[in-house]
Amino acid sequence: MKKVIKYVIIDIVRNKIIITYTLFLFIISISVFSLEDNSAKGLLGLLNIILIIVPLVSLVFSTIYIYNSAEFIELLVSQPLQRKAIWLSLFTGLATSMTFAFLIGAGIPVLIYQPDSIGAMMILMGILLSVIFVSIALLAVVKSRDKAKGIGVAILLWLYFSLIFDGFVLFLVFQFSDYPIEKIMISVSSLNPIDLGRILILLKLDISALMGYTGAVFSDFFGTTIGMLFSFFVLFIWIILPLWLSVINFKRKDL
Amino acid sequence: MIIVNNVSKSFGNFKALDNFSVSCAKGECIALIGPNGSGKTTFIKILLGMVICDSGFVTFNGINILNNWQYRSKIGYMPQLGRYPENMTIGQVIDMMKDLRKTTISTLIDDELIKKFDLTSLINKRMRTLSGGTKQKVSAALAFLFNPDVLILDEPTAGLDPLSSEILKEKIVKEKKNGKLILISSHILSELDNLVSQVMYLQEGKLHFHKTIDQLMKDTGEDKLAKAIAYIMLQ
Repeated sequence: MKKVIKYVIIDIVRNKIIITYTLFLFIISISVFSLEDNSAKGLLGLLNIILIIVPLVSLVFSTIYIYNSAEFIELLVSQPLQRKAIWLSLFTGLATSMTFAFLIGAGIPVLIYQPDSIGAMMILMGILLSVIFVSIALLAVVKSRDKAKGIGVAILLWLYFSLIFDGFVLFLVFQFSDYPIEKIMISVSSLNPIDLGRILILLKLDISALMGYTGAVFSDFFGTTIGMLFSFFVLFIWIILPLWLSVINFKRKDL
Repeated sequence: MIIVNNVSKSFGNFKALDNFSVSCAKGECIALIGPNGSGKTTFIKILLGMVICDSGFVTFNGINILNNWQYRSKIGYMPQLGRYPENMTIGQVIDMMKDLRKTTISTLIDDELIKKFDLTSLINKRMRTLSGGTKQKVSAALAFLFNPDVLILDEPTAGLDPLSSEILKEKIVKEKKNGKLILISSHILSELDNLVSQVMYLQEGKLHFHKTIDQLMKDTGEDKLAKAIAYIMLQ
């Protein structure tokens, strides 16, 4: 398995997209921090960019990469290697590369300008989101044979997680604004890893007061140790569940 | 060595293999013959675990191949269309395969075909720049590289120049003498004449017959494989 991971990472690094992505993140992070005199403000600006870009690149790059490696996967499957090991190696290779790209591109500037617990939380969220969306991409790929369809599904999934879901939540809030739905909102937000990441970082930034009563309920829940543990647990589920489902599907896939 | 028992596989409505049973013994060289779409490649892919059958089972040395992967270290496979990572050079692909296979069983490396096909002079060429025939040479060299007990060759000589296909045939005869099981699927029947010892004829996913070549000649009264098969197809 280690050997397959090695070949996957060599192949990804040779692909210039991941280097461009790293540079892009680095330039964006540095410029956002230099534009604002207050680094907390810079962090907030960077947060919005990262929550959009990281899932998109992670999802689309992984999807296209797996489709383009069809030959490589076919070659590996006819060799004395376990299918599960091949698939998990692809996941590990992609997740490692995306994590390192984020760490170098955004992690270093954040650590320079904001070397505290808020910055650490931001980096942790970026890494978790990178890995989560690699895992979701693998599920999208294994479910559809057709390349165009698979990439389309990946882009739709990204649209859903970053735009459509928020619209749905807003709709819910307006429709049921007469009812005490703040507690329900907590469970709804765990249906979207991007939202969960945003809430955790905003609470660290201590601007939850701006979010009104909902913010108070959120900080009441997510601010506690149990709330934190709960949200990290949910984020891990978001990694494990799509990955596990994709492994089951890949084991039975005809190549 | 390989026993296939009541295997069925369909792709959508198309039945690629229908209740297919066969057994292959060591030291045989078996030709897989049949019209296009008769299930030859599906059969080969099921043996390799690349396609998973809907029903039935396949055993390799008495062990069910489902969810098993170690058995593949005893198989050398040459695909119909060799597809390799495009950015890698021939040398990198060969080194990668050596690296990936090393841990499973320490086998002797057999690089006779690499030398005879003169692949060493192309070692730094990227896979995407290769012609179809050169890719076939790489596939053949990789199939024989690990001295496997079973060789599965899917249309081995298609796309090879006459000289290379002669080299490959010589190698097949040599490995047959070493007591290996060799499965060849091919449409060029005249090339199989002096190679194979048994013939498997597939039609619409079913095994039409599986005979030794002598038996086939006796039954049809012909002396060439091509004529014997033509005789059967006309019936």
